[in-house]
Order: sequence, then structure tokens, then C-alpha cells
Amino acid sequence: MSRLAPIVRREFSAYFNTPLAAVFLVMFLFLTGIFTFNVGQLYERGQADLRPFFDFNPWLFLFLAPAISMRLWAEERRIGTIELVTTLPISIRDLVVGKWLAAWAFACVALVLTLPIWLTVEYLGEPDRGAILGGYVGSALMAGAFLAIGSALSAVTKNQVVAFVLCAVVCFLLLMAGYPVVLDFLGGWASPGVAEAVASVSLLTHFEPMERGVIDLRDVLFFAAVVAAFLWLNILLIEWKKAD
Amino acid sequence: MEAAIAAQGLRKRFGSFDAVQGIDLTVKRGEVLGFLGPHGAGKSTTMRMITGFLAPTAGGVRICDTDMLSEPLKAKAHMGYLPEGAPCYPDMTVAEFLGFIGAVRGFDGPERARRVEAAVERTNLHGVFHQPIETLSKGFKRRVGLAQAILHDPPVLIMDEPTDGLDPNQKHQVRELIRTMAKNKAIVLSTHILEEVEAVCTRAVIINRGTIVFDGTPQALDAKAPASIARNRLDHVFRTLTTADTESRR
Repeated sequence: MSRLAPIVRREFSAYFNTPLAAVFLVMFLFLTGIFTFNVGQLYERGQADLRPFFDFNPWLFLFLAPAISMRLWAEERRIGTIELVTTLPISIRDLVVGKWLAAWAFACVALVLTLPIWLTVEYLGEPDRGAILGGYVGSALMAGAFLAIGSALSAVTKNQVVAFVLCAVVCFLLLMAGYPVVLDFLGGWASPGVAEAVASVSLLTHFEPMERGVIDLRDVLFFAAVVAAFLWLNILLIEWKKAD
Repeated sequence: MEAAIAAQGLRKRFGSFDAVQGIDLTVKRGEVLGFLGPHGAGKSTTMRMITGFLAPTAGGVRICDTDMLSEPLKAKAHMGYLPEGAPCYPDMTVAEFLGFIGAVRGFDGPERARRVEAAVERTNLHGVFHQPIETLSKGFKRRVGLAQAILHDPPVLIMDEPTDGLDPNQKHQVRELIRTMAKNKAIVLSTHILEEVEAVCTRAVIINRGTIVFDGTPQALDAKAPASIARNRLDHVFRTLTTADTESRR
């Protein structure tokens, strides 16, 4: 029998038991506002869409996601509760998936709290709702992928700061892989196949179509595969190294 | 009746270090086994293999006739475990924490409330029920760990140093609790306080360098000391069994 529910409940409420997550949430929303309106010039562009919001969104998740995921396993190791939970009658798979679901739910709360920006463009004009919805789905999937990476990396250390940095670095590399700067650089000397391969593992390559409202099953599957791969790695890391 | 705990040929190797070198142990219901040994003798490692936290390098464990390696979840359901230092989630209140453990153990609604209430009653946690665990004293934290371990009234109870760091009154309480539960459970507790073995255990097992060097009643342990020694007799036996020069003489 799966006993996911109590794990998800505990982990999710743990975010609200300490002020840390709330602080990150407020910073995320604050920066979202700045990047969308000041840097992205949502008003000045004169277009009723959320492109500035979604263009900066992955970069903001680049610090929010590690902040959410860093404690998932590192904290269990630090205070020794890993010995408690792994000797309860619950599988490591359920623990890993439950923790990730709780983290993802928290990230989705952050996304839901940005909805006033959507309401703003609805008030100002007639935005393409498909594109906005696609952007939100893309953002949620991107956050899910970041959090799976962060959860797996938090399983290798007792130190939350180390977990934060590892997750931010890996997610940064996966984002950058899709940027023209990197692809142009590769295109200069590597064969086109290499550049294409690098671009295809970039999360950004699979996010951008959704931002335009194109939800391709292949892109969704890509994010699902990233999540599955890193959660699987997470399970292995806990099984192999739970006592270290 | 099948032994509640049956460990056979347990071995654990960390790199080139043999932490546990072949331990056989069977514990029946009604027994309270005191697990003794110097620091680093392999007590915690052995308990961690019995509870399924560590996979043994060789050997096997059966809890209530269920194999720990092939059916870990079923075996763990028969077992309550208090890890060393009684780790709990500091951000949760006692009520939330015990509710969480109850939910993971598969209890719902009124049944869960009843179980939590019974465990709180036995461990005297009423006064701090709605306090966050991080605000509690060491003695209370230990009792929260105990409450968590006995919540499902398991036939097998394993405790790693349950009285370590407690004051004499708290030690007395924990020992009383162990005595009241001893009748129908198989209990294993590790300690390095020898008086504890005389106070609560029906059986003492001493391990040194990963092997069992004594297995018998506390009385038999006491009888090993020369008659000329009047005080701290168990300390004397313990030293004789676990110091290095005995090792070389054997």
C-alpha cells in the first residue's frame, strides 16, 4: 500500500513551520514583479501578453527551486531522522516521491501567487490566454524538473547550503545549454550534431514553445523524463548511502 | 513459537574494517535483552542491521518470521525502533509528530487518535503535547522517541541507548516503562550502563570487536566475577571480557 499522503502532508506543512520558505516565497514574488514590470517593461511594450514574465521565470526558479529542495534530504541526514523514516514501514520510493510532490506543490503555490500579473494584462487588453496557460504549464514543469534535480542533490550532503549550490549550478548549466551564446560558441567549432544534442538537453529549448502556447507532448515527456530520472537517482542515492 | 528476532551470521564490513563479524542472535517474546559493549564494538551497527537501516554484508534477519531483506516493509511493521539520540522532526509539535508516525504506520481517524493517546499516556507527554519538539528538554525528546516506537504496540522493540543522557528520575521512568511492556514483547536495548542490565534485562549480551563474547543472564554475568570482588562486580567482568589483553590471551 502506498503511504504517500502523510509524507506529502508533513513535508508541505514543514515549509510553513519555519519562516525560511516564506522569505524565499516573498523574494520570488518581489523579484517577479521587478523583472516583469521594470526590467521586462510589461507596460511600456504596449502588448497584452506575459512574455516578460515567462522570459524571466526560469531564472527566478533557478534560486527558488534550490531553496525549496535543499532541505528535503540534507536536513534528514543532519538531524538523523533519516534513520527513523527509513525504518518505518514505507518504501524509499514513496519517501522520495512524497517529498518531491510536497516541494512541487509549494512551487505551484508560488506560481499561483503570480496570477495577479495575468489579471493585470486581462484588465489592460485581450491577451492570448492559450499562450499564458501554456507558459504556466511550462513553468510548473520546469519547476518540477528543477526540484527533482535539487532533491537528488540534497541526498548527497548533510549541509543545506551545499545542496543549494549544487542544485543551482546543475540547473544553471541545464538552462544555459539552450542559450544562443552557448550554441553559437559550440557552432563555431563542434559539429552541428553536438550543438543540437546540447540544445536538446536544455530545459529552455523545451520551455520556449510552451511560452508561445504550444504544448507539445514531446516537451511534456521531456520534463517528465527529467523528473523520473532524477527521482530514480535520488532513490538510489538514499538506498546506497543512507547511513553515511 | 518462532523467535521474534532471529539474526543469523550478521556481518558488516565498512571498507577494510570489519565492524560486525558474524553475530547470531535470537530473541523471544518476554525477553529483555541488554546489548553491551565498549564504544565502537558494533552495537549500533548490529541494531541498524536488525532494523533494516543497514544492509548486512552477509547474513540475514527475520522479524516475527518475516525476512527483513526480502519483505522489509512487512518486517518493519512488526517493529518499533528508537534510533541513537532519538531523532525527531524539531519543527513539529509532539501531537503532529506522533500523528505523522501513526499515519505512516497506516492508522486513520479515531484509531490513530486512540493510538497516539495511549502512547502519550505511557510516556507521560501530556504536558508538552502541543509544544514544538525543538523546545523540549532532552528527557522529553527521548520520551517522544519512545512514544513513536511503541505507538503501534509492536511485538519487537529495539532501542539504541534509551536512557543515555537522562537524569536518574527519567532513567527510572524509562526502565519502569520497559518493565511494563516486557511481558509480551521481545525487547533489545543497547546501553553502556551496567546497572541498567541488572535493573531491567532478563538477558545480557556483550559484544567486543564485532563478536559476541558473552550471552547469558545478568546473574550468570555476575557469577563470572571472582568472589573476592565485592563492589562493581559487573564492571570487572565487562573489563575482563572486552579489554585488548584478554583478546591476545585467547
